[in-house]
Parts: sequence; structure tokens; C-alpha cells
Amino acid sequence: MDATFFMNVISAGLLTGLVYGLMALGLSVIFGVMRVVNFAHGDMMVVAMYAAFLLFTKLGIEPVPALPLVAGGLFVVGYLLQRFLINHFLEVTEHIQFLLLLSVAMIITNVVLMVFGPDARNIQLDASFESYSLGGLVLDKVRVIAAFTAGGVALLLWAFFRYTTTGTAIRACADNPVGARVVGLDVEKLYAITFGIGTACVGAAGCLLLLLVDVHPHLSSDYTLLGFIIVILGGLGSLGGALLGGILVGLSEALSGVLIAPSLKSMFSFGLLILVLLLRPQGILGKKP
Amino acid sequence: MSALFQDRRAVLLLGLLAILALAPLAAGDYLLSILITVLLQAYLGMSWNVMMGFAGQFSLGHALYVGLGAYAGGALFVHYGTPPWIGAIAGMAVSAAVGAVIGTLGFRFKVMGVYFALLTIAFAEFTRVLFDHWGWVGASSGLFLPPAPNNSPDNLWLLRGSTTMFYYVILGMTAAAFWFSRALLMRRIGYYWQAIREDQDAADALGIDVFRNKMIAVLISAAMTSLGGVFLAFFNNNLYPESIFSMHRSIELMLGTIIGGIGTLFGPILGAVVLTALGELLTELGAHIGIDGVKQIAYGICLMLILVLKPGGLWPWLRKLLRLEGDGR
Repeated sequence: MDATFFMNVISAGLLTGLVYGLMALGLSVIFGVMRVVNFAHGDMMVVAMYAAFLLFTKLGIEPVPALPLVAGGLFVVGYLLQRFLINHFLEVTEHIQFLLLLSVAMIITNVVLMVFGPDARNIQLDASFESYSLGGLVLDKVRVIAAFTAGGVALLLWAFFRYTTTGTAIRACADNPVGARVVGLDVEKLYAITFGIGTACVGAAGCLLLLLVDVHPHLSSDYTLLGFIIVILGGLGSLGGALLGGILVGLSEALSGVLIAPSLKSMFSFGLLILVLLLRPQGILGKKP
Repeated sequence: MSALFQDRRAVLLLGLLAILALAPLAAGDYLLSILITVLLQAYLGMSWNVMMGFAGQFSLGHALYVGLGAYAGGALFVHYGTPPWIGAIAGMAVSAAVGAVIGTLGFRFKVMGVYFALLTIAFAEFTRVLFDHWGWVGASSGLFLPPAPNNSPDNLWLLRGSTTMFYYVILGMTAAAFWFSRALLMRRIGYYWQAIREDQDAADALGIDVFRNKMIAVLISAAMTSLGGVFLAFFNNNLYPESIFSMHRSIELMLGTIIGGIGTLFGPILGAVVLTALGELLTELGAHIGIDGVKQIAYGICLMLILVLKPGGLWPWLRKLLRLEGDGR
């Protein structure tokens, strides 16, 4: 194991981490504005991956061009879910809200299982076997494409919250829902849009992740937990934090997979979560109302 | 005792117990094994209820304690022939110790609510991967308990025997857990827990030792749950980390109690009956039309309906309907 090998592992982890970061962004946006913990996050991710899989195998649309379609579809799902279900559960106890999203997750996962069966599916693109080499560094082409697209979507999201009227209105709701209502904002609608944006991020991340891994229905709880690990690591509600957390988890998975054993990599992620929950409670609880 | 009989609930309960005790006379092995599922679900639900329902601490990782109990009882039996009741003591001790670690870390570092739930999931998943790689307990290929030879007499001490024997064991455990939960609620600590559950800061201000009482709830709940795990190991005779520590088990374990009514005494039993009846029906139906996952979808819909229509669970509603006296338990 020489230095070049490690550089390769580290860069692959970094690139995958950016896609993880985009996935976690969705979770973070939803929590940051509504304080809702989306336990159906990974399930929506798997739905997005299957949608991208179908678009490729049935219509021949590759995942990157399919991204706006899938993200748009998940936006609608998220919007409706918030509008008709979760908006009625904003004032109830935390654990009831959590269980509600758990029930959504159970339904989604098993519908996916019923429709697609338990087998793993993957897609083969022409680009799957190509790679770029930079000095001694060898980078998979699809991984580079996925990472850059993820970065691009994250940038768009940042610009949306920073520069558009709707984005500013959503930030106002996050800061002070009562104040937002007083100045005449339609808080329920903005919440629904926010949930839609959160699930659209997941949709985009699902398309990109399909380039890198095989999809099967039981990935959903893994990705839900991975999403939590990432956002808690980076700080719930912070956009930059989600990307940073994603990169850290991508790195830790890649390194522990090579240095110890691939099957142990999730143990390191959970170890990381336990450590962060305990050592940085101020970063986590400081954002609670 | 006479005060007990004036209470219609007590009469109802003793009647139910009597019916259940006589059930093996009429029921075949298939029906008995379903009743065992109901009782185990009720027992585990009651164990979870001590922590969540009484003290208000949300655990989503109770499969951890089921697994620790199951593996302690199972592995000691396989390797040393240790009787399960001795193994159970080890399992309960280990579970209580792990619960103490999670509780101390969580409560001292003020990890609360959903974050505490995530912490419990993280510990359960961490342990699952650990057991997947631990050769002494069979790692991911599983641990198998030697079945008793055919037609050998029931051995209660070694928990090897017929379905009827297992039925009476779990009936005893569930009845004991019910009585124990009731005793806890009636005592000072039960009132402390409810005060903490409703408003932790107010409880603290009244001079209740919040940390200590929450820890006691975690220890009792963990130990009770792991005893259920020992039963599960000896009833099923096989253990896989993948299934015993899985998040799905944690979810199914609490589902009955949520449907029946969190924090109530009878809720876990009612919920277990409803859930198992539904589950059996749908498994049958799913096998009939050849589709996996029907049961889980129905569980999900059931959970959602309960949360939307009766967030307090079925029992408080049914209790009012049956005009049973009481204070919401």
C-alpha cells in the first residue's frame, strides 16, 4: 500500500462524500426550517434511485440528464406529503412526529419491495469503465461526474436561499414562524415548498448515487441512518455542514473499507455518530428551539 | 383483595388470565404458537413501555437488549451447557450495563428526544456489526441451539420441550411483567417518572432526582427486554445478528404498545393482539397472492391511522367505551 494508492482511496471517498452531502442537505433543509426529522429520507432516496433506474432501462435516459425529472417528481411528492399530512403534525410531541414519518418510511420501503423485488439492480453506462488519470491519481469518470453535479446542485440551492424571494421567505419562516405569519407569508405553503426542496435534493442525490452503487430496497434504512450521521456530524440545519459531514463520512467509509474490512465500515460511521452526539452536544442542541 | 375485585378491570383481567391458562387444553400447536407470538410481543412492549411510556425516554434501539439477552442465554448454553435461567441473569446484567452506558452518556450529555432515539439506534447498529464479526457467537452465519431429542419430556430448567411448555413460560413472564409494571406505577418511582415525562424541568424544580430516576427506568427496561430475548433464543433455536439486532425488530417491538396506548398498562397487550392478528391475516393473504411486504405496509398504514385518529392509542378509547373505571391506564 503506497502513497498513490491511498491518494486514490482518499479522492474516491471525497467524491462519493459530495453525493452523500447532497443527500444530507435535503434532511438538513427540512429540519432547519420545520424542525421535522424526516425518518423517510432513505426511503425517498431509494425511490429516486429506482426512478432513475427505470428511466435508463425503459427510456434510455442516463441518470445525469434524468436528474431534473426525478428531482421534480420527488419535489411534488414532498410538497403533497407536507401539505396534506405533516402540516397537521407540526404542533404535536416530537416522538409522535417521528413515528409518523416512520410509518411513511415503512409504507414506501415495502411498496418498493413489492414492485421491484429484493434483488439488487445496477446500470452500465459507457462511462462506467472510463477513468481520468492525473499524475499517478486515477479517478473513475462516473464518480467525478457525480461529485461535480452534486456540487452544482448544492450551489444552486445556496443561490436559491440567498437570492430569490421565495428562498428569503423560507428563511424568514425558519427564523420566526409567527413573525412570518404576521407579515403575511403563507407559512403552510412555504413549508410544503421546503419539504419539496428537501426531497428534490434526495431525488438528485439518488440519481447520482445510482452511478456508483447497486440499488436494492433494503438500502433505505441504511441511507436514512447515514443521512442522520452526516447532518449531526456537520450540524443540523447548516448547508455547509451537511456537505462537510458528507465528505467526512465518505472519507471514513473509504478508509475503513481499505484499512480494516468493508463490512465494518458502517460500524465506523455509527461510532462517529455516537462520538459526535456526545462530544458536540452544543452544536446539536444549540439549534433546538 | 376485596378492593381488587370491586374493580371491574381486575375481574376482566383475572378472567382473561384464566382463559389463557386453560387455552392449551383446546388449542392446537399452531394456535399456541400464535398466542406465544402475541404474549412475547406484549411482554417486550411492556418492557419498552417502562422506559418510553412511564418515564418518557424514547428508545428506538430496544433490539439491542433483545439481542444481548438472546446471545448471552444462547451462547452460554451452546458453549458451556449453562441453563437459560442462569444465562438470563448474565444477559440481564450485560443489558443493564449497556443500558447504563447509553443512559449515562445520553442523560449526562443532555442528548434528548429524537437525538436520544438516534443514539439508541446507533448503539444497536454498532452492536449488530460487532456481532456479525464475532466468531465465538457464530458471527454472521448464526448461532444454533441444539434441539431437544424427539419425545423427550419437557425440561423447564433447560427450556427444552414442547410448545405448551414455552406457552406457559411466556404467559408467566407476561403476567409477571404486567404485575411488575402496575407495581412500579403505583409506587413513588412511578409518580416520579410521570412527572419527568410530563415536564422534566418542573420535576427537577420539585426536587426529583431526574438523572437517577431516568437511569432506573432504562436499567429496568433493558433487563426486562433481555429476558424476552432469552426466551426468543430458546424458542426459535437460531440467532442471526442481522435479524435479532435489526432496526425492524426495534420498530415492531414498540408498534404494539403505540397502537394499544403508550404509558397504559393494558395497551401493550391489546396492541399485541391487534398487531399479531393483523400480521397473521396478512401473512396468509400475502402468501396467497404471492407478494412480500404486504404485512409491513399494513403495519405502516395502521401506525399512521393510529397517529392521525387516536394518537393516545386504542386502549384509552376502548376503556371509555367499555365504561371501565380507572385513571387512564
